[in-house]
Amino acid sequence: MKCLVWRESKFAMRTVLGLGLLLAALGARAELVIEITQGVDNPAAIAIVPFAWHGAGAAPEDIAGVVDSDLSRSGQFAPVGRSDMLGLPSTEKEVFYRDWRAIASEYLLIGRVSVTDQMRIEFDLFDVLRQKKIYSGVELGPVNEARMLAHRVSDKIYQQLTGIRGAFATRLLYVAVTRVPGGKDYFRLTLADSDGARPIVLLESREPVLAPAWSPNGQEIAYVSFETNRPAIFRQNLRTGAREQLTNFRGLNSSPSWSPDGRTMAMVLSKDGSPDIYLMDLATKKLTRVTRHYAIDTEPSWMPDGKSLLFTSDRGGKPQIYRYTLASGQTERLTYEGSYNARARVAQDGRNVVMVHQKNGKFHIALLDLVTDRVQVLTSTELDESPSIAPNGSMLLYATKYAGRGILAAVSVDGGVKFRLPARDGDVREPAWSPYMSRPAATKQVDNHLKD
Amino acid sequence: MKNITVAGKALTLIFVAVFLVACSSNDTKEADEAAAVAASAASAASAVAAAQAAEQAASAAQAAVITRLEDAAATVGNVFYFEYDSSTLTPSAQASVDAHIALLNTNEQTIRLEGHTDERGTRDYNMALGERRANAVRDYMVASGVAGYRAESVSYGEEQPVAYGSGESNWSQNRRVELK
Repeated sequence: MKCLVWRESKFAMRTVLGLGLLLAALGARAELVIEITQGVDNPAAIAIVPFAWHGAGAAPEDIAGVVDSDLSRSGQFAPVGRSDMLGLPSTEKEVFYRDWRAIASEYLLIGRVSVTDQMRIEFDLFDVLRQKKIYSGVELGPVNEARMLAHRVSDKIYQQLTGIRGAFATRLLYVAVTRVPGGKDYFRLTLADSDGARPIVLLESREPVLAPAWSPNGQEIAYVSFETNRPAIFRQNLRTGAREQLTNFRGLNSSPSWSPDGRTMAMVLSKDGSPDIYLMDLATKKLTRVTRHYAIDTEPSWMPDGKSLLFTSDRGGKPQIYRYTLASGQTERLTYEGSYNARARVAQDGRNVVMVHQKNGKFHIALLDLVTDRVQVLTSTELDESPSIAPNGSMLLYATKYAGRGILAAVSVDGGVKFRLPARDGDVREPAWSPYMSRPAATKQVDNHLKD
Repeated sequence: MKNITVAGKALTLIFVAVFLVACSSNDTKEADEAAAVAASAASAASAVAAAQAAEQAASAAQAAVITRLEDAAATVGNVFYFEYDSSTLTPSAQASVDAHIALLNTNEQTIRLEGHTDERGTRDYNMALGERRANAVRDYMVASGVAGYRAESVSYGEEQPVAYGSGESNWSQNRRVELK
């Protein structure tokens, strides 16, 4: 047995090293590929001119290119092709509005990039029709975080033009799986930028890894791993790589969900019989049982105010969404439309809930408005699951099947914008969109847990 | 047959021992004593041999029974299948589990019951459903005399499919409990 574990670990180690080399060779090349399938009817035309590079050698990153693809992906903008541009200004003095009116561009973004000890990106946004500068900004940060700085430029532009804070400078967790028919699949818990670039494998295992979740400050994650031959909940610090096994109970140990204040983790345990929701105080590890029902109670998710939890229960015969209020201990059923509503996630506004909803035998992602109780189906694919909403509430990521493979897909909360993020190979699933990050943080890649 | 041969060999050995003791002694009294000791040893040995023979016969019979039960369990296999969204043992799954219960009731082996689901529905709900299936098998075993501590339920939900594709032909293979 020991020998087997050792051999497996050597194999897994090789794979991790192999991936590292692959990543080094590909640079920022993503495991995920973005395919935009549907945008808004009249996206705003914006010209994003390549930013001038004031430094030695070649520019380390095409900042304007990153901004261009971010804004395209939002579905609300139609960037002008570079070959259509009649000039390539990088300062306000070089801007001739007629050049941009001539190609029907409503907005114009120009910028300058330089590097001393840090990278400095200066940029200016113009309204072509009104012929005026509407925003100027500067982003500063480490050169190796150039892409994240570019996403921060996108966030600023998006906010200026839509009034909504951008969520491009965020990250994704997902589980990538390599199938091994007749054997054990490879599971890789992966962290990437919100556009799928710069993937980092945080954990690789031959046993299932699932249910990744973010801490509210974006510095830690939690997930379920079967590496001990049983399900157990782990937490992991992204900066230091420190890892802690939080549970090891007989039965289910699933669905970790961090409270908004970061102190408590909701989880599902079946140690006392049937699956119930428990709260763990992360400082003392003390457990409090929240639900007591012989039915399945699972998939807890906090309301943004931390005062109540949504969860899935089949106490009514079929899985439906319920809300548990901590102060009163009261439980109320929230969904009545359809025979299967599960795995709710709440937007930061505390109003929009995304969930898995079965209709005509097919599983879609639906939006439940907690004020009007209206349910709106957002997706038309089948076998949709694991919705995860962006911190600005504009888009949500989910997992689905496409051409027989597990892929990630995104849809705006109004259903108007859609894109797919299939993996270059293998299956991807269980996206978890990070909260806003205060600043770009270096991530420590964790060695394979089987190493010892 | 084999046991009788063994007992016969034991008696032969005792007679040889008596003969050797008698021959090595010049004193008649000593020889008589030796003969008496040998006789009583012989009678004790024959009782032990008979008991051994009976025991061995019984264990051979039991081994044959266990072999038959093992064969029966191997024939039904160690995977029990379920209907969609159900954790009720189907008649055919129950018959398969029965074969394993018959075997488990002859030993003290501990087992693992790994519950699995198809890909439909959410992953964490399926994790709970897989446990329900594993527990259904465990509860049925316990009701049939297998001590509860011997069977551990572990759910893998939809994470370890046997068949990767969609559609009932694949799904039905994945809705299962594996006995390990």
